[in-house]
Amino acid sequence: MSRTTLLLGATALAVAAGLLSTRWAGHAGAQGTTVVTLCDNETKTTVPDSQAKTREEGQAIADALMSQWRQKNPDRDWIEGELEKHTIAKPADNSALVGRGQGQTYGQITEPDVQKWSRESLAMAANGSAVFHNAEQLGSTIAVSCDMCHPSAANTHPETYPKFQVQLGRVALLRDMINWCIEHPVRGTPLAPDDPKMRALEAYIYAQRKGTPLDYGRR
Amino acid sequence: MARHTSIETRHYAEREALFRGLQGLDRRAFLKVSLAAAGAALASGARFHPHSFVPVSVADAAGGPVEPFTFAYISDSHLYKRELNDRFVRQLLRAVDDVNALDPQPDFVLFGGDLAQLGQPEELDLGAQILKNLKAPVRMMVGEHDWYLDLGDKWRALFGQETYSFDHKGVHFVVLQSVNQKDFWTARGMTPMERMQTVAGLDNAVQSRFEVGDPQREWLKQDLAKVPGTTPIIVFSHSPLYKYYRPWNFWTEDAEEVQAMLKRFPHVTVIHGHTHQMLTNRIGNIHFHGMLSTAWPWPYAPEGLPKLTVQMNRPDPFNPNDGCGNGAVSVQPAGLVDAVYNLWNRNPIQVSAAYVASGGANAAPPKPTLTSF
Repeated sequence: MSRTTLLLGATALAVAAGLLSTRWAGHAGAQGTTVVTLCDNETKTTVPDSQAKTREEGQAIADALMSQWRQKNPDRDWIEGELEKHTIAKPADNSALVGRGQGQTYGQITEPDVQKWSRESLAMAANGSAVFHNAEQLGSTIAVSCDMCHPSAANTHPETYPKFQVQLGRVALLRDMINWCIEHPVRGTPLAPDDPKMRALEAYIYAQRKGTPLDYGRR
Repeated sequence: MARHTSIETRHYAEREALFRGLQGLDRRAFLKVSLAAAGAALASGARFHPHSFVPVSVADAAGGPVEPFTFAYISDSHLYKRELNDRFVRQLLRAVDDVNALDPQPDFVLFGGDLAQLGQPEELDLGAQILKNLKAPVRMMVGEHDWYLDLGDKWRALFGQETYSFDHKGVHFVVLQSVNQKDFWTARGMTPMERMQTVAGLDNAVQSRFEVGDPQREWLKQDLAKVPGTTPIIVFSHSPLYKYYRPWNFWTEDAEEVQAMLKRFPHVTVIHGHTHQMLTNRIGNIHFHGMLSTAWPWPYAPEGLPKLTVQMNRPDPFNPNDGCGNGAVSVQPAGLVDAVYNLWNRNPIQVSAAYVASGGANAAPPKPTLTSF
Protein backbone atom coordinates (compact mmCIF):
# COMPACT_ATOMS: atom_id res chain seq x y z
CA MET A 1 0.00 0.00 0.00
CA SER A 2 1.32 3.40 -0.90
CA ARG A 3 1.83 6.19 1.58
CA THR A 4 -0.85 8.36 -0.05
CA THR A 5 -3.44 5.66 0.24
CA LEU A 6 -2.59 5.27 3.86
CA LEU A 7 -3.11 8.93 4.64
CA LEU A 8 -6.40 8.90 2.79
CA GLY A 9 -7.31 5.77 4.63
CA ALA A 10 -6.58 7.41 7.95
CA THR A 11 -8.59 10.47 7.01
CA ALA A 12 -11.47 8.32 5.91
CA LEU A 13 -11.30 6.52 9.24
CA ALA A 14 -11.44 9.81 11.09
CA VAL A 15 -14.43 10.94 9.07
CA ALA A 16 -16.12 7.62 9.54
CA ALA A 17 -15.59 7.83 13.29
CA GLY A 18 -17.12 11.30 13.36
CA LEU A 19 -14.07 12.67 15.09
CA LEU A 20 -13.68 15.83 13.10
CA SER A 21 -13.60 17.91 16.26
CA THR A 22 -10.60 15.93 17.50
CA ARG A 23 -8.13 16.81 14.80
CA TRP A 24 -5.73 14.02 14.19
CA ALA A 25 -3.62 12.63 11.42
CA GLY A 26 -2.26 9.29 10.33
CA HIS A 27 0.83 8.37 8.42
CA ALA A 28 2.58 5.24 7.37
CA GLY A 29 4.34 3.32 10.09
CA ALA A 30 6.28 0.11 9.69
CA GLN A 31 5.22 -2.24 6.90
CA GLY A 32 1.48 -2.80 7.12
CA THR A 33 0.75 -0.36 9.96
CA THR A 34 -0.53 3.18 10.38
CA VAL A 35 0.65 5.59 13.06
CA VAL A 36 -2.24 7.71 14.33
CA THR A 37 -1.21 10.99 15.99
CA LEU A 38 -3.27 13.14 18.33
CA CYS A 39 -3.57 16.89 17.69
CA ASP A 40 -0.78 17.55 20.22
CA ASN A 41 1.55 15.97 17.63
CA GLU A 42 3.13 13.87 20.36
CA THR A 43 0.65 11.22 21.47
CA LYS A 44 0.70 8.38 18.97
CA THR A 45 -0.58 4.88 18.52
CA THR A 46 0.18 2.29 15.85
CA VAL A 47 -2.72 0.53 14.21
CA PRO A 48 -2.33 -2.53 11.97
CA ASP A 49 -3.74 -1.95 8.48
CA SER A 50 -5.65 -5.18 8.77
CA GLN A 51 -7.88 -3.59 11.43
CA ALA A 52 -11.44 -3.03 10.25
CA LYS A 53 -12.19 0.65 9.75
CA THR A 54 -15.58 0.82 11.36
CA ARG A 55 -16.93 3.69 13.42
CA GLU A 56 -16.47 1.68 16.64
CA GLU A 57 -12.86 0.87 15.79
CA GLY A 58 -12.17 4.52 15.09
CA GLN A 59 -13.71 5.57 18.40
CA ALA A 60 -11.65 2.96 20.25
CA ILE A 61 -8.44 4.30 18.73
CA ALA A 62 -9.41 7.87 19.60
CA ASP A 63 -10.32 6.87 23.18
CA ALA A 64 -7.02 5.06 23.64
CA LEU A 65 -5.15 8.15 22.49
CA MET A 66 -7.14 10.46 24.77
CA SER A 67 -6.60 8.20 27.76
CA GLN A 68 -2.86 8.18 27.05
CA TRP A 69 -2.94 11.96 26.89
CA ARG A 70 -4.93 12.29 30.12
CA GLN A 71 -2.36 10.18 31.94
CA LYS A 72 0.35 12.57 30.80
CA ASN A 73 -1.82 15.58 31.72
CA PRO A 74 -3.45 14.77 35.06
CA ASP A 75 -4.44 18.41 35.63
CA ARG A 76 -6.47 18.49 32.42
CA ASP A 77 -9.71 18.82 34.39
CA TRP A 78 -8.41 21.56 36.63
CA ILE A 79 -11.28 23.87 35.76
CA GLU A 80 -13.79 21.27 36.85
CA GLY A 81 -11.78 20.66 40.01
CA GLU A 82 -11.60 24.36 40.77
CA LEU A 83 -15.34 24.83 40.20
CA GLU A 84 -16.11 21.94 42.52
CA LYS A 85 -14.16 23.62 45.31
CA HIS A 86 -14.98 27.26 44.68
CA THR A 87 -18.16 28.71 43.28
CA ILE A 88 -17.46 31.06 40.40
CA ALA A 89 -20.14 33.21 38.80
CA LYS A 90 -20.80 32.04 35.23
CA PRO A 91 -19.99 34.46 32.41
CA ALA A 92 -22.85 36.11 30.52
CA ASP A 93 -24.93 33.77 28.36
CA ASN A 94 -24.63 34.78 24.71
CA SER A 95 -26.60 31.90 23.23
CA ALA A 96 -29.34 34.26 22.02
CA LEU A 97 -26.83 35.47 19.42
CA VAL A 98 -26.45 32.05 17.77
CA GLY A 99 -27.55 32.15 14.15
CA ARG A 100 -27.37 35.91 13.90
CA GLY A 101 -24.98 37.62 11.54
CA GLN A 102 -22.00 39.56 12.72
CA GLY A 103 -22.59 42.29 10.14
CA GLN A 104 -19.36 41.59 8.37
CA THR A 105 -17.41 38.89 6.59
CA TYR A 106 -17.15 36.37 9.43
CA GLY A 107 -20.63 35.11 8.79
CA GLN A 108 -23.03 33.88 11.44
CA ILE A 109 -22.35 33.38 15.11
CA THR A 110 -22.36 29.65 15.79
CA GLU A 111 -22.92 27.48 18.86
CA PRO A 112 -19.16 26.68 19.06
CA ASP A 113 -18.42 30.44 18.98
CA VAL A 114 -20.62 31.09 21.98
CA GLN A 115 -19.30 28.06 23.82
CA LYS A 116 -15.73 29.14 23.27
CA TRP A 117 -16.34 32.67 24.54
CA SER A 118 -17.96 31.32 27.67
CA ARG A 119 -15.37 28.59 28.23
CA GLU A 120 -12.39 30.90 27.85
CA SER A 121 -13.84 33.60 30.11
CA LEU A 122 -14.68 31.07 32.81
CA ALA A 123 -11.25 29.45 32.47
CA MET A 124 -9.54 32.76 33.20
CA ALA A 125 -11.71 33.39 36.26
CA ALA A 126 -11.10 29.81 37.42
CA ASN A 127 -7.38 30.32 37.01
CA GLY A 128 -7.70 33.44 39.14
CA SER A 129 -9.61 31.49 41.77
CA ALA A 130 -6.82 28.90 41.90
CA VAL A 131 -4.22 31.64 42.52
CA PHE A 132 -6.49 33.50 44.96
CA HIS A 133 -6.86 30.40 47.14
CA ASN A 134 -3.21 29.31 47.06
CA ALA A 135 -0.56 30.94 49.23
CA GLU A 136 2.23 29.21 47.31
CA GLN A 137 1.08 30.48 43.92
CA LEU A 138 0.74 33.96 45.40
CA GLY A 139 4.35 33.77 46.58
CA SER A 140 3.43 34.26 50.24
CA THR A 141 6.33 33.83 52.64
CA ILE A 142 3.93 33.35 55.58
CA ALA A 143 1.38 30.91 54.10
CA VAL A 144 -1.35 33.54 53.76
CA SER A 145 -3.72 33.52 50.77
CA CYS A 146 -6.36 36.03 49.63
CA ASP A 147 -9.34 33.87 50.63
CA MET A 148 -8.26 33.96 54.28
CA CYS A 149 -9.68 37.49 54.52
CA HIS A 150 -11.87 37.44 51.38
CA PRO A 151 -13.82 34.16 51.17
CA SER A 152 -15.53 33.98 47.75
CA ALA A 153 -13.69 37.29 47.04
CA ALA A 154 -16.07 39.05 49.45
CA ASN A 155 -15.17 42.60 50.48
CA THR A 156 -12.84 43.13 47.51
CA HIS A 157 -15.36 45.61 45.99
CA PRO A 158 -13.74 45.89 42.52
CA GLU A 159 -16.66 48.11 41.45
CA THR A 160 -15.31 50.96 43.60
CA TYR A 161 -12.06 51.35 41.64
CA PRO A 162 -10.47 53.55 40.47
CA LYS A 163 -10.73 55.61 43.63
CA PHE A 164 -8.62 57.92 45.70
CA GLN A 165 -7.00 55.61 48.22
CA VAL A 166 -6.42 57.84 51.22
CA GLN A 167 -3.77 55.56 52.70
CA LEU A 168 -1.74 55.58 49.46
CA GLY A 169 -2.30 59.26 48.73
CA ARG A 170 -3.22 58.58 45.11
CA VAL A 171 -5.84 57.03 42.90
CA ALA A 172 -5.68 53.24 43.02
CA LEU A 173 -6.87 50.65 40.52
CA LEU A 174 -7.99 47.20 41.58
CA ARG A 175 -4.58 45.81 40.59
CA ASP A 176 -2.84 48.36 42.86
CA MET A 177 -4.84 47.03 45.79
CA ILE A 178 -4.16 43.42 44.78
CA ASN A 179 -0.47 44.22 44.79
CA TRP A 180 -0.74 46.06 48.09
CA CYS A 181 -2.27 42.96 49.63
CA ILE A 182 0.34 40.69 48.05
CA GLU A 183 3.08 42.86 49.49
CA HIS A 184 1.67 43.40 52.99
CA PRO A 185 -0.80 40.87 54.44
CA VAL A 186 0.49 38.13 52.12
CA ARG A 187 4.16 39.18 52.40
CA GLY A 188 5.03 38.30 48.82
CA THR A 189 6.52 40.11 45.83
CA PRO A 190 4.18 42.42 43.88
CA LEU A 191 3.20 41.21 40.40
CA ALA A 192 3.79 43.09 37.15
CA PRO A 193 0.52 44.64 35.90
CA ASP A 194 0.45 42.22 32.93
CA ASP A 195 1.57 39.15 34.87
CA PRO A 196 -0.76 36.27 33.94
CA LYS A 197 -1.48 35.76 37.66
CA MET A 198 -2.49 39.39 38.07
CA ARG A 199 -4.76 39.19 35.01
CA ALA A 200 -6.32 36.00 36.36
CA LEU A 201 -6.82 37.46 39.85
CA GLU A 202 -8.58 40.47 38.34
CA ALA A 203 -10.75 38.17 36.24
CA TYR A 204 -11.84 36.16 39.30
CA ILE A 205 -12.51 39.20 41.48
CA TYR A 206 -14.59 40.91 38.77
CA ALA A 207 -16.43 37.67 38.00
CA GLN A 208 -17.50 37.35 41.65
CA ARG A 209 -19.12 40.79 41.57
CA LYS A 210 -21.10 40.10 38.41
CA GLY A 211 -24.25 42.20 38.40
CA THR A 212 -22.96 44.85 40.84
CA PRO A 213 -23.20 48.33 39.29
CA LEU A 214 -19.90 50.11 38.75
CA ASP A 215 -19.47 52.95 41.22
CA TYR A 216 -15.94 54.20 40.77
CA GLY A 217 -14.61 56.43 43.51
CA ARG A 218 -16.87 54.98 46.21
CA ARG A 219 -15.34 54.98 49.67
CA MET B 1 -10.15 50.14 94.34
CA ALA B 2 -8.69 47.19 96.17
CA ARG B 3 -5.78 45.63 94.36
CA HIS B 4 -6.70 42.24 93.02
CA THR B 5 -4.78 39.18 94.02
CA SER B 6 -3.54 37.56 90.88
CA ILE B 7 -4.53 34.02 90.07
CA GLU B 8 -0.88 33.09 90.41
CA THR B 9 -0.59 34.52 93.89
CA ARG B 10 -3.82 32.85 94.97
CA HIS B 11 -2.64 29.61 93.42
CA TYR B 12 0.57 29.61 95.45
CA ALA B 13 -1.29 30.60 98.61
CA GLU B 14 -3.75 27.72 98.21
CA ARG B 15 -0.98 25.32 97.37
CA GLU B 16 0.98 26.30 100.44
CA ALA B 17 -2.08 26.00 102.69
CA LEU B 18 -2.71 22.55 101.27
CA PHE B 19 0.83 21.36 101.95
CA ARG B 20 0.87 22.90 105.42
CA GLY B 21 -2.34 21.06 106.19
CA LEU B 22 -0.89 17.84 104.88
CA GLN B 23 2.07 18.05 107.26
CA GLY B 24 -0.29 17.41 110.15
CA LEU B 25 -1.50 14.14 108.65
CA ASP B 26 0.00 10.68 108.90
CA ARG B 27 0.13 8.48 105.80
CA ARG B 28 -3.14 6.74 106.48
CA ALA B 29 -5.06 9.96 107.17
CA PHE B 30 -3.49 11.52 104.08
CA LEU B 31 -4.69 8.73 101.82
CA LYS B 32 -8.13 8.99 103.31
CA VAL B 33 -8.30 12.74 102.74
CA SER B 34 -6.93 12.66 99.21
CA LEU B 35 -9.13 9.75 98.11
CA ALA B 36 -12.18 11.46 99.52
CA ALA B 37 -11.23 14.67 97.77
CA ALA B 38 -10.66 12.92 94.45
CA GLY B 39 -13.91 11.00 94.78
CA ALA B 40 -15.87 14.11 95.58
CA ALA B 41 -14.30 15.97 92.69
CA LEU B 42 -15.05 13.17 90.24
CA ALA B 43 -18.60 12.78 91.49
CA SER B 44 -19.27 16.45 90.95
CA GLY B 45 -17.82 16.28 87.45
CA ALA B 46 -14.92 18.59 88.27
CA ARG B 47 -12.23 18.95 85.64
CA PHE B 48 -8.66 19.32 86.69
CA HIS B 49 -7.44 22.27 84.85
CA PRO B 50 -4.34 21.60 82.74
CA HIS B 51 -2.82 24.94 83.75
CA SER B 52 -3.34 24.64 87.46
CA PHE B 53 -2.74 22.30 90.36
CA VAL B 54 -6.01 23.35 91.92
CA PRO B 55 -9.21 21.76 90.72
CA VAL B 56 -11.58 24.48 89.50
CA SER B 57 -14.11 24.96 92.26
CA VAL B 58 -17.53 23.72 91.33
CA ALA B 59 -20.31 25.96 92.58
CA ASP B 60 -23.68 24.42 93.17
CA ALA B 61 -25.98 25.42 90.32
CA ALA B 62 -29.14 24.02 91.86
CA GLY B 63 -31.25 26.92 90.75
CA GLY B 64 -29.57 29.34 93.12
CA PRO B 65 -29.15 33.03 92.32
CA VAL B 66 -26.35 34.08 90.01
CA GLU B 67 -23.43 35.88 91.54
CA PRO B 68 -22.38 38.36 88.84
CA PHE B 69 -18.98 37.62 87.35
CA THR B 70 -16.92 38.15 84.21
CA PHE B 71 -15.07 35.81 81.94
CA ALA B 72 -12.79 36.86 79.10
CA TYR B 73 -12.38 35.26 75.72
CA ILE B 74 -9.67 34.78 73.11
CA SER B 75 -10.57 33.00 69.90
CA ASP B 76 -9.54 31.90 66.42
CA SER B 77 -5.78 32.47 66.59
CA HIS B 78 -5.09 30.18 63.56
CA LEU B 79 -1.45 29.63 64.47
CA TYR B 80 1.07 28.35 62.00
CA LYS B 81 4.39 27.28 63.46
CA ARG B 82 6.41 30.24 64.63
CA GLU B 83 9.13 30.01 61.95
CA LEU B 84 6.53 30.13 59.16
CA ASN B 85 4.30 32.94 60.39
CA ASP B 86 5.22 35.20 63.26
CA ARG B 87 2.26 37.54 62.76
CA PHE B 88 -0.45 35.25 64.09
CA VAL B 89 1.79 34.36 67.03
CA ARG B 90 2.27 38.01 67.93
CA GLN B 91 -1.45 38.63 67.67
CA LEU B 92 -2.28 35.80 70.07
CA LEU B 93 0.37 37.13 72.47
CA ARG B 94 -1.26 40.53 72.25
CA ALA B 95 -4.60 39.02 73.28
CA VAL B 96 -2.95 37.21 76.20
CA ASP B 97 -1.41 40.51 77.33
CA ASP B 98 -4.80 42.22 77.05
CA VAL B 99 -6.50 39.60 79.20
CA ASN B 100 -3.68 39.52 81.75
CA ALA B 101 -3.99 43.29 82.11
CA LEU B 102 -7.65 43.09 83.12
CA ASP B 103 -8.16 44.30 86.68
CA PRO B 104 -10.00 42.66 88.32
CA GLN B 105 -9.06 39.46 86.59
CA PRO B 106 -11.83 37.46 84.90
CA ASP B 107 -12.97 34.26 86.63
CA PHE B 108 -11.70 32.31 83.65
CA VAL B 109 -10.75 32.70 79.99
CA LEU B 110 -12.60 30.90 77.22
CA PHE B 111 -10.49 29.94 74.24
CA GLY B 112 -13.02 29.77 71.40
CA GLY B 113 -11.40 27.26 69.02
CA ASP B 114 -9.18 27.32 65.92
CA LEU B 115 -6.04 27.59 67.99
CA ALA B 116 -4.12 26.08 65.02
CA GLN B 117 -4.43 26.78 61.31
CA LEU B 118 -3.82 23.28 59.94
CA GLY B 119 -4.15 21.10 63.07
CA GLN B 120 -0.40 20.39 63.13
CA PRO B 121 1.00 19.12 66.45
CA GLU B 122 3.59 21.95 66.43
CA GLU B 123 0.82 24.52 65.98
CA LEU B 124 -1.28 23.13 68.85
CA ASP B 125 1.78 22.79 71.10
CA LEU B 126 2.74 26.39 70.38
CA GLY B 127 -0.80 27.54 71.18
CA ALA B 128 -0.91 25.58 74.43
CA GLN B 129 2.44 27.10 75.38
CA ILE B 130 1.24 30.65 74.73
CA LEU B 131 -2.04 30.17 76.59
CA LYS B 132 -0.09 29.03 79.66
CA ASN B 133 0.89 32.67 80.08
CA LEU B 134 -2.68 33.54 81.03
CA LYS B 135 -3.06 34.27 84.73
CA ALA B 136 -6.71 33.18 84.89
CA PRO B 137 -7.73 29.54 84.29
CA VAL B 138 -8.51 28.63 80.69
CA ARG B 139 -11.53 26.77 79.33
CA MET B 140 -10.76 25.24 75.96
CA MET B 141 -13.06 24.75 72.98
CA VAL B 142 -12.10 23.02 69.76
CA GLY B 143 -12.52 24.40 66.23
CA GLU B 144 -12.42 22.76 62.81
CA HIS B 145 -8.84 23.94 62.17
CA ASP B 146 -7.73 22.02 65.28
CA TRP B 147 -9.66 18.92 64.36
CA TYR B 148 -9.46 17.70 60.79
CA LEU B 149 -5.86 16.52 60.58
CA ASP B 150 -6.17 13.75 63.21
CA LEU B 151 -9.84 14.14 64.18
CA GLY B 152 -8.98 15.49 67.60
CA ASP B 153 -6.20 13.16 68.83
CA LYS B 154 -3.56 15.81 69.46
CA TRP B 155 -6.06 18.34 70.78
CA ARG B 156 -7.47 15.84 73.29
CA ALA B 157 -3.99 14.87 74.41
CA LEU B 158 -3.30 18.53 75.22
CA PHE B 159 -6.62 19.76 76.54
CA GLY B 160 -8.83 16.77 77.41
CA GLN B 161 -12.32 15.95 76.23
CA GLU B 162 -13.80 18.36 73.72
CA THR B 163 -17.38 18.13 75.06
CA TYR B 164 -18.01 18.93 78.72
CA SER B 165 -20.04 20.98 81.12
CA PHE B 166 -19.39 22.76 84.40
CA ASP B 167 -21.15 25.00 86.87
CA HIS B 168 -19.87 28.36 87.94
CA LYS B 169 -21.49 30.81 90.35
CA GLY B 170 -24.99 29.64 89.59
CA VAL B 171 -24.62 29.29 85.81
CA HIS B 172 -24.50 25.96 83.98
CA PHE B 173 -21.89 26.05 81.21
CA VAL B 174 -21.87 23.63 78.28
CA VAL B 175 -18.95 23.32 75.84
CA LEU B 176 -19.78 21.63 72.52
CA GLN B 177 -17.80 20.34 69.57
CA SER B 178 -20.09 21.75 66.90
CA VAL B 179 -17.77 21.28 63.91
CA ASN B 180 -18.53 17.66 63.03
CA GLN B 181 -18.89 17.03 59.31
CA LYS B 182 -20.25 14.08 57.36
CA ASP B 183 -17.40 12.06 55.82
CA PHE B 184 -16.51 13.68 52.49
CA TRP B 185 -12.90 12.49 52.48
CA THR B 186 -12.99 8.67 52.33
CA ALA B 187 -14.80 8.41 49.01
CA ARG B 188 -12.37 10.94 47.55
CA GLY B 189 -9.34 9.08 48.88
CA MET B 190 -8.04 12.20 50.63
CA THR B 191 -5.00 12.15 52.90
CA PRO B 192 -5.48 13.62 56.39
CA MET B 193 -3.64 16.75 55.21
CA GLU B 194 -5.89 17.10 52.16
CA ARG B 195 -8.91 16.74 54.42
CA MET B 196 -7.51 19.40 56.74
CA GLN B 197 -6.78 21.80 53.90
CA THR B 198 -10.25 21.32 52.46
CA VAL B 199 -11.92 22.22 55.76
CA ALA B 200 -9.46 25.07 56.31
CA GLY B 201 -10.82 26.80 53.20
CA LEU B 202 -13.88 28.73 54.43
CA ASP B 203 -15.37 28.92 50.92
CA ASN B 204 -14.34 25.39 49.90
CA ALA B 205 -17.54 23.66 48.80
CA VAL B 206 -16.12 20.11 48.85
CA GLN B 207 -16.54 19.89 52.65
CA SER B 208 -19.80 19.12 54.47
CA ARG B 209 -21.81 21.36 56.79
CA PHE B 210 -21.09 21.61 60.51
CA GLU B 211 -23.27 19.72 62.96
CA VAL B 212 -23.36 18.85 66.63
CA GLY B 213 -24.44 15.35 65.68
CA ASP B 214 -26.60 12.65 67.26
CA PRO B 215 -24.23 11.29 69.96
CA GLN B 216 -23.43 14.73 71.29
CA ARG B 217 -27.06 15.85 71.25
CA GLU B 218 -27.88 12.74 73.28
CA TRP B 219 -25.11 13.69 75.71
CA LEU B 220 -26.50 17.23 75.91
CA LYS B 221 -29.97 15.92 76.63
CA GLN B 222 -28.69 13.91 79.55
CA ASP B 223 -26.48 16.70 80.79
CA LEU B 224 -29.34 19.21 80.78
CA ALA B 225 -31.74 16.76 82.41
CA LYS B 226 -29.86 17.25 85.70
CA VAL B 227 -30.14 21.05 85.54
CA PRO B 228 -33.09 22.81 87.20
CA GLY B 229 -35.25 24.85 84.80
CA THR B 230 -34.45 28.14 86.54
CA THR B 231 -30.69 27.89 86.00
CA PRO B 232 -29.15 30.23 83.42
CA ILE B 233 -27.32 28.33 80.69
CA ILE B 234 -24.30 29.49 78.72
CA VAL B 235 -23.28 27.36 75.74
CA PHE B 236 -19.88 27.61 74.07
CA SER B 237 -19.83 26.35 70.48
CA HIS B 238 -17.32 27.06 67.77
CA SER B 239 -19.84 27.47 64.95
CA PRO B 240 -22.86 29.71 65.47
CA LEU B 241 -25.68 27.51 66.80
CA TYR B 242 -28.03 28.87 64.15
CA LYS B 243 -28.15 29.25 60.38
CA TYR B 244 -26.52 32.38 59.02
CA TYR B 245 -24.67 31.61 55.76
CA ARG B 246 -24.37 28.04 54.52
CA PRO B 247 -21.54 28.35 51.95
CA TRP B 248 -19.10 29.49 54.63
CA ASN B 249 -20.33 27.16 57.39
CA PHE B 250 -21.55 30.18 59.37
CA TRP B 251 -24.05 27.48 60.10
CA THR B 252 -24.91 24.45 62.20
CA GLU B 253 -26.98 21.89 60.35
CA ASP B 254 -28.82 20.59 63.45
CA ALA B 255 -29.08 24.01 65.15
CA GLU B 256 -32.88 23.80 65.55
CA GLU B 257 -32.64 20.50 67.45
CA VAL B 258 -30.09 21.97 69.86
CA GLN B 259 -32.15 25.16 70.30
CA ALA B 260 -35.21 23.02 71.12
CA MET B 261 -33.31 21.32 73.96
CA LEU B 262 -32.51 24.73 75.44
CA LYS B 263 -36.07 25.99 75.22
CA ARG B 264 -37.16 25.19 78.76
CA PHE B 265 -34.50 27.44 80.32
CA PRO B 266 -35.50 31.10 80.66
CA HIS B 267 -32.03 32.53 80.07
CA VAL B 268 -29.72 30.95 77.54
CA THR B 269 -26.66 32.51 75.93
CA VAL B 270 -24.55 31.01 73.16
CA ILE B 271 -21.01 32.34 72.74
CA HIS B 272 -19.48 31.16 69.48
CA GLY B 273 -16.32 31.59 67.40
CA HIS B 274 -15.67 30.87 63.72
CA THR B 275 -17.24 34.05 62.29
CA HIS B 276 -14.41 36.48 63.21
CA GLN B 277 -16.75 39.47 63.44
CA MET B 278 -19.12 41.30 65.74
CA LEU B 279 -22.28 39.26 65.46
CA THR B 280 -25.47 39.34 67.53
CA ASN B 281 -28.64 37.29 67.25
CA ARG B 282 -31.63 36.30 69.33
CA ILE B 283 -33.90 33.34 68.69
CA GLY B 284 -36.65 33.10 71.31
CA ASN B 285 -35.02 32.71 74.71
CA ILE B 286 -31.51 32.32 73.29
CA HIS B 287 -29.06 35.20 72.92
CA PHE B 288 -26.11 34.66 70.56
CA HIS B 289 -22.80 36.54 70.55
CA GLY B 290 -19.97 35.90 68.09
CA MET B 291 -16.35 36.29 69.14
CA LEU B 292 -13.60 38.27 67.46
CA SER B 293 -10.54 36.52 66.05
CA THR B 294 -6.97 37.45 66.89
CA ALA B 295 -5.78 36.45 63.39
CA TRP B 296 -8.01 38.17 60.81
CA PRO B 297 -11.59 39.45 60.45
CA TRP B 298 -14.09 37.77 58.11
CA PRO B 299 -16.32 39.98 55.98
CA TYR B 300 -20.05 39.91 56.66
CA ALA B 301 -21.70 37.29 54.48
CA PRO B 302 -23.70 38.48 51.44
CA GLU B 303 -26.97 37.29 53.00
CA GLY B 304 -28.48 35.95 56.20
CA LEU B 305 -26.97 38.48 58.62
CA PRO B 306 -29.10 38.50 61.83
CA LYS B 307 -30.98 41.80 62.19
CA LEU B 308 -29.74 42.48 65.73
CA THR B 309 -26.12 42.48 64.59
CA VAL B 310 -24.27 45.68 65.25
CA GLN B 311 -21.74 45.58 62.46
CA MET B 312 -18.17 46.45 63.22
CA ASN B 313 -16.58 49.14 61.08
CA ARG B 314 -15.23 47.75 57.83
CA PRO B 315 -11.66 46.75 58.76
CA ASP B 316 -8.95 48.97 57.32
CA PRO B 317 -6.30 46.72 55.76
CA PHE B 318 -3.70 49.48 56.20
CA ASN B 319 -4.29 49.47 59.96
CA PRO B 320 -2.51 46.35 61.22
CA ASN B 321 -4.80 44.02 63.19
CA ASP B 322 -7.87 46.18 62.59
CA GLY B 323 -11.05 44.15 62.98
CA CYS B 324 -9.25 41.71 65.27
CA GLY B 325 -9.31 41.55 69.05
CA ASN B 326 -10.63 39.71 72.07
CA GLY B 327 -13.34 40.37 74.57
CA ALA B 328 -15.12 39.83 77.83
CA VAL B 329 -18.53 38.61 78.86
CA SER B 330 -20.19 39.88 82.04
CA VAL B 331 -22.85 37.65 83.51
CA GLN B 332 -25.64 39.72 85.10
CA PRO B 333 -27.60 38.67 88.22
CA ALA B 334 -30.56 37.66 86.03
CA GLY B 335 -28.28 35.26 84.16
CA LEU B 336 -28.07 37.13 80.87
CA VAL B 337 -24.82 38.59 79.61
CA ASP B 338 -23.26 41.80 78.33
CA ALA B 339 -20.65 41.10 75.64
CA VAL B 340 -17.74 43.50 75.27
CA TYR B 341 -15.85 43.50 71.98
CA ASN B 342 -12.31 44.70 72.55
CA LEU B 343 -11.48 45.66 68.96
CA TRP B 344 -7.80 46.43 68.72
CA ASN B 345 -7.11 50.00 67.57
CA ARG B 346 -10.77 50.96 68.08
CA ASN B 347 -13.01 51.85 70.98
CA PRO B 348 -14.44 48.80 72.72
CA ILE B 349 -18.12 48.16 71.99
CA GLN B 350 -20.61 46.66 74.42
CA VAL B 351 -23.56 44.65 73.19
CA SER B 352 -25.67 44.44 76.33
CA ALA B 353 -28.32 42.02 77.52
CA ALA B 354 -30.73 44.98 77.54
CA TYR B 355 -30.08 45.58 73.84
CA VAL B 356 -30.62 41.97 72.81
CA ALA B 357 -33.58 41.38 75.16
CA SER B 358 -35.35 44.49 73.85
CA GLY B 359 -34.89 43.36 70.26
CA GLY B 360 -32.60 46.30 69.57
CA ALA B 361 -34.92 49.01 71.00
CA ASN B 362 -32.76 49.92 74.03
CA ALA B 363 -29.09 50.45 74.68
CA ALA B 364 -28.12 50.27 70.99
CA PRO B 365 -24.35 50.41 70.41
CA PRO B 366 -22.99 52.98 67.90
CA LYS B 367 -23.43 52.20 64.22
CA PRO B 368 -20.32 51.88 62.03
CA THR B 369 -19.32 54.70 59.67
CA LEU B 370 -18.01 52.40 56.97
CA THR B 371 -20.29 49.41 56.53
CA SER B 372 -19.50 46.23 54.68
CA PHE B 373 -19.78 46.18 50.87
